[in-house]
Amino acid sequence: MVCGSGVESFAESAGPFGAGAVFVADDERLAAPLPQPRVDVLAALIREEGFDIVLFAQSVLAADVAAGLAARLGAGLNWDLVDVAETDEVLVGKRPALADSVWVDVGWTSSPRLALFRTGAFEPVERGGSAEVRTVDVVLEEHSLLAQLVEPAVAEQSGPSIEDADVVVAGGRGLGGPEGFAQVEALADALGGAVAATRAVVDAGWYPYSAQVGQTGKTVSPKLYVAVGISGAIQHKVGMQGSGTIVAINKDPNAPIFDYADLGVVGDLNEIVPALTSLVGRRKSG
Amino acid sequence: MKPADFPPPWSDGDAIAAPSDSEPIEVGVLVVGAGPAGLAAAIRLGQLAASDPKGAARLGEVPVAVFEKGKAPGSHLLSGAVIDPGPLQRLLEGLRDPGDMPSYGEVPGESVLFLTAGRAVPLPIPPTMRNNGNLVVSLSRLGRWLAEIAEEAGVAILAETAAEKLLVEEGRVVGVRTGDKGRGRAGEELGRFESGSDVRAQVTILAEGTQGHLTAAALGRFGLAGSNPQTWALGVKEVWKVARPQRQVIHTLGWPLRSGAKFREFGGSFIYPMGGEMATIGMVVGLDYRDAELSVHDLLQELKTHPRIRSIFDGGERIAWGAKTIPEGGFVALPRKFSAPGLLVTGDAAGFVNVPALKGIHYAVESGRLAAEAAWASVARDDDLDGFDRALRKSFLWSDLRQVRNMRQAFARGLWRGSALAGLATVTKGRFPRDDRATERDAEQSVLTSARSSSYPAPDGRLTFDKLSSVYLSGNRTRDDQPNHIRLATRVPAELAELWSRMCPAQVYETGVVGDDGLVEIELSSSNCVQCGAITAKGGRLTPPEGGSGPEYTLT
Amino acid sequence: MRIAVCVKAVPDAAAGRRIDPATGRLDRAGDLVLSDFDLHPIEEALRLRDAAGEGEVVVVSLGPPRAADAIRKALAMGADRSVLVTDDPFAGADLVTTASALAGALGRESADLVLFGQQSADGDGACLWAAVAELLRRPFISQVAELAVEAGSVTGRRQTELGYERIQSPLPAVVAVSDAINEPRYPSLKGIMGAKSKPQETLGAAEVGGVSPARTAVLALSPPPARGERRRIEGAGAPEAIVDFLVERRLI
Repeated sequence: MVCGSGVESFAESAGPFGAGAVFVADDERLAAPLPQPRVDVLAALIREEGFDIVLFAQSVLAADVAAGLAARLGAGLNWDLVDVAETDEVLVGKRPALADSVWVDVGWTSSPRLALFRTGAFEPVERGGSAEVRTVDVVLEEHSLLAQLVEPAVAEQSGPSIEDADVVVAGGRGLGGPEGFAQVEALADALGGAVAATRAVVDAGWYPYSAQVGQTGKTVSPKLYVAVGISGAIQHKVGMQGSGTIVAINKDPNAPIFDYADLGVVGDLNEIVPALTSLVGRRKSG
Repeated sequence: MKPADFPPPWSDGDAIAAPSDSEPIEVGVLVVGAGPAGLAAAIRLGQLAASDPKGAARLGEVPVAVFEKGKAPGSHLLSGAVIDPGPLQRLLEGLRDPGDMPSYGEVPGESVLFLTAGRAVPLPIPPTMRNNGNLVVSLSRLGRWLAEIAEEAGVAILAETAAEKLLVEEGRVVGVRTGDKGRGRAGEELGRFESGSDVRAQVTILAEGTQGHLTAAALGRFGLAGSNPQTWALGVKEVWKVARPQRQVIHTLGWPLRSGAKFREFGGSFIYPMGGEMATIGMVVGLDYRDAELSVHDLLQELKTHPRIRSIFDGGERIAWGAKTIPEGGFVALPRKFSAPGLLVTGDAAGFVNVPALKGIHYAVESGRLAAEAAWASVARDDDLDGFDRALRKSFLWSDLRQVRNMRQAFARGLWRGSALAGLATVTKGRFPRDDRATERDAEQSVLTSARSSSYPAPDGRLTFDKLSSVYLSGNRTRDDQPNHIRLATRVPAELAELWSRMCPAQVYETGVVGDDGLVEIELSSSNCVQCGAITAKGGRLTPPEGGSGPEYTLT
Repeated sequence: MRIAVCVKAVPDAAAGRRIDPATGRLDRAGDLVLSDFDLHPIEEALRLRDAAGEGEVVVVSLGPPRAADAIRKALAMGADRSVLVTDDPFAGADLVTTASALAGALGRESADLVLFGQQSADGDGACLWAAVAELLRRPFISQVAELAVEAGSVTGRRQTELGYERIQSPLPAVVAVSDAINEPRYPSLKGIMGAKSKPQETLGAAEVGGVSPARTAVLALSPPPARGERRRIEGAGAPEAIVDFLVERRLI
């Protein structure tokens, strides 16, 4: 399903990835990225075509649409899924819960079944083929038209906040002093991520409290967490242990962080980090 | 060199102020501290108010309020504990069935072991330590239960509320001032700053527990202190899920503490079963020790490596940790008076602990009950608060403490001499030795160094642990960007810095750079602090941080 | 102006949250506290009321009877009264069950503005407001980091993956605020002591239009998959090896 204004051209691109048919709702009133009109369009389509399973990929907009749709249809919605499987027509979703400490199998008890998947839960596979493109009428409810976009989104100049970032590069005592953060920032820039700090260095005044990750700071779970000069005591660990991949760079081979990092790098961060930064930069531009 | 040579920038007058709020909050009786003494007082007052509505009317709209600086009642409560349930059961008659008290059952069996590095020698159990009919409890859990009962009795319990200053007007205690919330590191007001309030009460009952903050100020201001200074021990304990059920209450003496008189290492350990699945182990050491490298936290870890002890905890899982001081001076270190105009002092804050029997909770309950009755008599009938002093002296609490009064001080002479003297005192029920042994301030002990730390085990993460992991397990989530609440001389000789650094079970103090004058700067991570009070005994001054800070004990 | 704030009482994080294997639901046996995320809409509502110099802030929740104690914190912060929908059949409520119970309670309130916090601290479900707005048939704005109320309309600065946009809506409207919007106040001592005397109403299923049954279920729990092999590298060539690792994991 493609919803928007002037979006016909996107419809065909779904074909090679496995879509059999693409429904297009193209209307000026759908130009703004607002959820409620999309609920109207989807609800009508689902009722009309009898769709039983509805899948969404996580985004701020999609989450709002999925929940509104669930209420409109009186349907079950499972969110934050990382996988789904169907056995004998029974659909079972899988999701992590309680800060990734336990995994839960979830199901639906009625039809239609709505599912919202975590970003990156599946890899798109280009398998060739084309889709049939069908346009749908757009009929909107009165209450769906009340919220209006007054100013479209403008990307912020500064990088993502550490809680939203997909990549976080964090610095600890091993940096030796506040100047050490310059190389942390450079690496974060190269990776398109945010900068975080341990409590010890925030206490010492090397970096602001807003960047603190840990038990008494923020909890983050980015796809990639690079810990530079951090020993990894438990107060820090609980703030980032849910991260997808953890890379630790520390000159002390016995640092506790190596017990839970996916890739442990023993060496001098002052040599490794700048070299890594330039390699990453070259890769991204080349 | 002794810690007292480097006093903290603090005087007890800093905790006393004149009322200044134009819109104070008014309560009838204010109790500071939701521990066994404070809650017993609150419950008793609730009972008295219910039975006499006319008298109750004199208490006003909020008859009884209890202020607790921890996140919830129980958050800052820690003890062994084996308690004599009698006083609590009598207090709660009609309110609760005796069987409702949360406990881990009666003491199943007991033994006292004398440890050497490899052996455990059973000793006969001293009569002062016999525990027939006593119950194993978690004081934190008990506190939560008592708080519920108090609330049912109409008491307002306000947690996350620190009583920072005692309000004194014309020589009379008229209430307390609560602490500010929302200050930053340098004391600046943050976005959510909330200034403390004056709370006025007709009677203020201090039940702050060990190292009571306002209690110390009150003892000085109103001349209540006795001629002997109070001394303390530091207890560090853990709660474990154990692989095999424990069936004995065990106390140990000896290893890893050293018996020589010059070291002054008095103390021992306890291991209590908590039902079939859990057990608690604790190490208690008097803070009159001298060695700069002594760390009670690490002695506890070392203790667990003893073959007899290890066999209990192997295969288990550590689920809780905590630390707290215990007043040890006993009878001779009690204040000479427990009341002042508008003020009563109860529980551990007053020092009602029977050291040889390791009992203080039932005395706290009893003293709280008596304080409630004195406060009530004062409000309802305008009686003098002196009645509290008289009631204490007539109570079993007084005669018990008097009987064992010289035990602890005897151990200043070392383990062997001390045991002999203690034995003499027991056998004669306190009639000998005749002269009351004086106590010496813990901070007056001169510091020595031996290679004490060489025997501490490296933490293995399964049986033995480091301090930071322990602090984490205490549930401590203190906000980091708060002002530092510990008053301390921060430029001191390296040996003293080492003493404080090792002493602290929460790793608050670290030795910084050595200056040209040979003194070091001490760096504080004050948000690690679990408010055990050891620093106050050994030369600094703990003050209460923002309400709600500190550990969040549930099983200790 | 009447502002309703939807809140949830959740198990206290310190007590150690766990899922009860017997029911597949969050073990709520321990103490309940107000979800941290909900403190922000409460604070915003209080600021709006205080700035207007008039109005009422009512806190609405679905939960077990003991949630009333946790909700009292909102009253201690300054909210005027609370409404708790509580009834046995609501146990294990899913998104639509909860939304319809809240919508039922809100239907009785005729609030000008209904506020939500960013996500539930225990269920991590980030979209309840959309369902409630749908059932109330009113517009909603989510992820609001800045809120302004004029006569009859509300404008929100909304945070999305692409940056900030501004959305405007006529009242009555539903707004979900992010935790960037404000720093919630500490309840003052006077507030805490006065909270007990503020009205706390309870509603049963019948008063909110019945129970909309759950349409999702928890089927099983399992421990998380092992993190996979840990790798260690040292020495020269480390930066290249790191890049290779990241490429392998599709992180760059």
